[in-house]
Parts: sequence; C-alpha cells; structure tokens
Amino acid sequence: MPLLEVEHLKMYYETLRGHVKAVDDISLHVDEKKALGLAGESGCGKTSAALAILRLLPWNAKILEGTIKLSGENLLEISDPKFRKEIRWKKISMIFQGAMNSLHPTYTTGTQIAEAISQHEKVTKEEARERSKKLIELVGMDRSRADRYPHELSGGMKQRAVTAMALACNPDLVIADEPTTALDVIVQAQVLKVMKDLQSRLHLSMMVISHDLSLIAETCNDIAIMYAGKIAEYGDVRHIYKEPLHPYTEKLITAFPSVIGPKTELSSIPGFPPDLLKPPPGCRFHPRCPYAMEICRKKEPPLIEVNKGHLVACHLHGGEKN
Amino acid sequence: MKNVTINAQGLVKHFPIKLGLFKTLVSKENPFVHAVDGVSFHIASGEVFGLVGESGCGKTTTGRLLVRLLDLTEGQVTFKGTDLTSLSKKEMGRLRRQMQIIFQDPYESLDPRMSIYDIIAEPVRIQKTAENESEVSQKVAKSLEEFGMIPAEEYMYRFAHELSGGQRQRVSIARAFVLRPEFIVADEPVSMLDASIRSEVLKLLLATQKKYKTAFLYITHDIALARHVCDRLAVMYLGKIVEKGSTEEVIHEPLHPYTEALIAAVPVPDPTARRIRVTLKGEVPSAINPPTGCRFNTRCPHAMEICRKKEPPLIEVNKGHFVACHLHTKK
Repeated sequence: MPLLEVEHLKMYYETLRGHVKAVDDISLHVDEKKALGLAGESGCGKTSAALAILRLLPWNAKILEGTIKLSGENLLEISDPKFRKEIRWKKISMIFQGAMNSLHPTYTTGTQIAEAISQHEKVTKEEARERSKKLIELVGMDRSRADRYPHELSGGMKQRAVTAMALACNPDLVIADEPTTALDVIVQAQVLKVMKDLQSRLHLSMMVISHDLSLIAETCNDIAIMYAGKIAEYGDVRHIYKEPLHPYTEKLITAFPSVIGPKTELSSIPGFPPDLLKPPPGCRFHPRCPYAMEICRKKEPPLIEVNKGHLVACHLHGGEKN
Repeated sequence: MKNVTINAQGLVKHFPIKLGLFKTLVSKENPFVHAVDGVSFHIASGEVFGLVGESGCGKTTTGRLLVRLLDLTEGQVTFKGTDLTSLSKKEMGRLRRQMQIIFQDPYESLDPRMSIYDIIAEPVRIQKTAENESEVSQKVAKSLEEFGMIPAEEYMYRFAHELSGGQRQRVSIARAFVLRPEFIVADEPVSMLDASIRSEVLKLLLATQKKYKTAFLYITHDIALARHVCDRLAVMYLGKIVEKGSTEEVIHEPLHPYTEALIAAVPVPDPTARRIRVTLKGEVPSAINPPTGCRFNTRCPHAMEICRKKEPPLIEVNKGHFVACHLHTKK
C-alpha cells in the first residue's frame, strides 16, 4: 500500500483577476521507502502541491476537489489542531526551498531543532537538546555546530541543519523542495550524498521537488513531470529517461547539458509557460509543442497508462482514438 | 596570437577589510581578501572563454576587472592593444561602447522605473550611436527581436516587473548587444532561469555571438554548461587559475584534482549512469588567509609534502593545456 496517495487534487488560488489553476487534478503516490520526484519549470504548481499536502497554504488557496491519504487516512478531514499535533512534522515534514533563509537568525540551530521536537513530543529540555545534537551528527556535522547561529554556518551547513530539522520527529515522509538549488556543485554533491545516505539508513520515503532533472535522476525511483498544474508524464525514472513519451518530457531531458558522453545539441522549448489564470484550451502544452495536432487544441488529453506504471497525458499516445 | 581582443596579464585584486577603531590602531597589518591573485588569459575575437569555479573563487571579480567596473590592484588588461589601466575615466567611457556586461540576476539588473524601451535605448543615447530618436527606436526594436521578443512593440512599453524571468534576461542581453560590442562579459547569464527556458536563451545568445564575432567571457559554476558553451575554459580556485585549456581537453582529460572533483560532482541527467563519485570534503577556505603552498592542498586527495610548502606554477603540459599542480610539474 502506498504511504501517501494523492487523488484528483484540485487547488486554485483565488485572486481578484480570477482563479489561478495551480494544481489541477493531479494524482500521485509515494510508496514506502521510495522516493518520488516532482519535476517541472517554475510556476507549474509543484510547490503548491507540496504545500497542499502539508496544509501550509496561504488564505486564498482553496482545495476544491480530491483526497490526500496518508496510510489510508484522509488528511483533508482532519481538524487543524490535530493536523498540527499529529501529522505535520510528526508524519510528514519538509525541507523548504532556500535553506539559507528558512532558519531563524537569532536562535542557534540546536535550539531550533529542539523546538520542533518539544512541540510534538513529551520530552525534557535536556532530552530535546541532546536529540538535536544527535541529529546534527546524523547529517554529517560536528555536534558543536548545534550551538552556532545560522550566520556562522556556510550554505552547505545550513542546508544540512534544515535537513536535520526535517528529521527531528522521525517522520515517515520528507518532502524536499529544491534541496540543492542555491548550492555550488561540490556542496550540492555533498548534500546529495547525505540525503541518499539517510534515505537508505532511516528507510525514509521522500518526495523531491526540483526543476533539475539530474537531481531527480540521482535520488528518485519514480518521477512525475508537471506542466501548468497538470501531470504530463508519470512513471519509473529509468523508463522515462530511456523512452520519454510526452514531447515536454523529451525536450526537458535533452535541455540539460551533460559532462559525460558525446556532446549533444541542447534542445529548447520555444515560447513561455502559460498563464495559469487562463490556461490554453485542450492540451496545455499545445502552443509550445512541435507535434501539436488539431485535437490538441480542442480536447484535453487524459492521463492514460501506456505501459505498466508508465502514464502519459498526450494525444500522440492512444488518446486520439476516442 | 592573432586577433586577440582582450588580454589579461597577472590580474590581482585585493579588497581591504574594514577593521574597528581599536584593531586599526593595534594591528600592524591590514588584512585583505585575496579575491583574484595573479590571473592571466586572453580571448580572441569570436571566441567564448569560460571561467569556471565555485562561488567565492573570484570569477565574478575577474569579469568586472576586465571591463574596469573594479580597479586592479596589480596587473594589466589590454583591449585590442590599448592598456585599459592607463585610460582616463572619459576615455574609458568611450571605450565601453565596445565592451559590455550581462549580469547574473535579471531581477536586479533592470531598473524597475524604466520602460524596456528606455533600458535598451540608454546605452545608445549615452554613446550617441544613433542620429535621431527614430534610429534609436529602430535599434531597440531590432535588438529585442533578435532575442525572440517578437513583436518588439508588445514588449517595448512595458516595465521589467511585467515580464517573466526569461524575458527579463533577454532584455538584459539585448541591452548588452545593442551597441554591437566586440567584447562581452556574461556573468552566469542563464543560471537563474529554468532549464526549458535556459537552453532557448543560451541558443539565441550564442547565435548572436557567432553572428557578430564577439569575444565572450562566460562565467559559470556549472561545468556541464560550460562544456556546451565555451571554446576554451579556465578553472579557478581561490583567486587562481588551476587549469586552462580547450574545453574538450579539460573535461575529458582533467589534470588538476580540483577539476576532476568539479566534473565528478555534476549530477548526470541519466539514472542509469552510475559513476564513482569523488566528493571533496569541507568547503573553500577563507580568501583572507589562503592556505600556503598550493591553495587546494587542504582538500586535495593527493596532497604531498611539497604542496603545503611551495606554490605550483601554471605550466603548459600539452599544447595550450596549462595546469598548476605539483603532480604534473617535471622534477
């Protein structure tokens, strides 16, 4: 049974100019001890989806449809206090985008991690401190770093501290939102190593959100490619890399330069991502798609299973017959 | 060396650190940040030269020194035979017509109170390369259209905040190219953009560079991207060039252990390619007191006794392929 199951989730932001269709009918699942990558360009709704799962949405965001189930329990039916006490951080935690800015500047890292623990568990102050130091060690830093303020740490260390904080209450699922974006390649490689290490040692389930496909390729088992609030392709990472079916996935994969192998031409996607206030009719990718047909402009392609566990939403693949 | 557009010889830039009153009175020496410490290279016309390294290695400072946005502590920059350090501010201003810079962050490098038209027209007006206003507007329109902002009229009268990140960076590139400069410093021009937009902007940028045979200094931390963009590249570490050569040679036969580590650290967009990873321990040491000897010795897996004592010179190992490492110095 999957640990997290999101079904037909629809979440719009209400603005004065209309509804921003940030998450429009997406379904995904994270299996136990597995990692799911959520990829797509900025503004495609990947962070919104994560915030909806953790119930951290701004006031103008409305979940209109769908269910979010954690081990079978529908999270949308749980009251706010119960959610805060028992789900957020205890069961699902998150590594936020821009670790640099998500630590409080006037508390030491140890205090901040200990706070997360004492908020959720009945522990003494000393116990919480001790556990925060253990967590700091777990992510590969010296325990004395727990007494440091964020400004005394480098970017890579802050990223590790935020990772330690996400692990504070032994969650079942960790959502990592762009965990390495602001880091240099070498520090990025170090942080990735820590993440992979923890994943196998603590049997964590993870959801990694990134626009960087190479990051997902290195850390995840499954991948969901999002475009304009919808899932374009979903399946095993290796399958999708070998045979991308959706034109968007295909372009996205070849848009990344590689240091190994022959030098290939970088592909590019002309045009700009659509405005989610008024997404284009039919397939949302059609204005930028090189294979766009008549039907793509009119009918929205459903997400269908092409091979086992490999789903795609494109009229080129079986959708046009009906 | 033929057609050398820009030649940098022994560039040094030290930033003084401000001390408090007490320390100024007591301490004997003034500390400096050794941002750039003896960097030399040349760029021929039509060539793309890459400068690769981690943040804080001095690559941006080097770029700014070349166009004299910062003044050199030591060294010399010559642009087509003219020594830039000897020029007065006024003469330098005139020369700026031929050398431009593209900044990293499109959200901060465009004036929020100017229309796109004015942003691009500003260099044209300052350098007086247009006879009248209609010629200015022609140039602006042409420049915008060159970078895929078609029709130009639709974008000209907007403000920066009305554009997406990709569109803003196009504007900032169009501004750099509008004077048809012979040399452009591109400081991480696409690092803030999403992958799908990045390759499109990069394509336009390189096509225009080829068309006008502009000499290009391409600054980036992404060695995979540098491979696709640059003809030659130099790897910097703590203010020094540790390896320099043609892009394919540096990437396929890296000589310096730092270059090796940099290449190994790049994630590969292919889940089936599992490589042995050399991850470096620790982080870049402080540039205030850089390590003695080879600056990389504190993190180098092959560090020897000599590396802690003597600084390795940059020597030519193969034709055009330079490295500064004791592993490759002839005994």
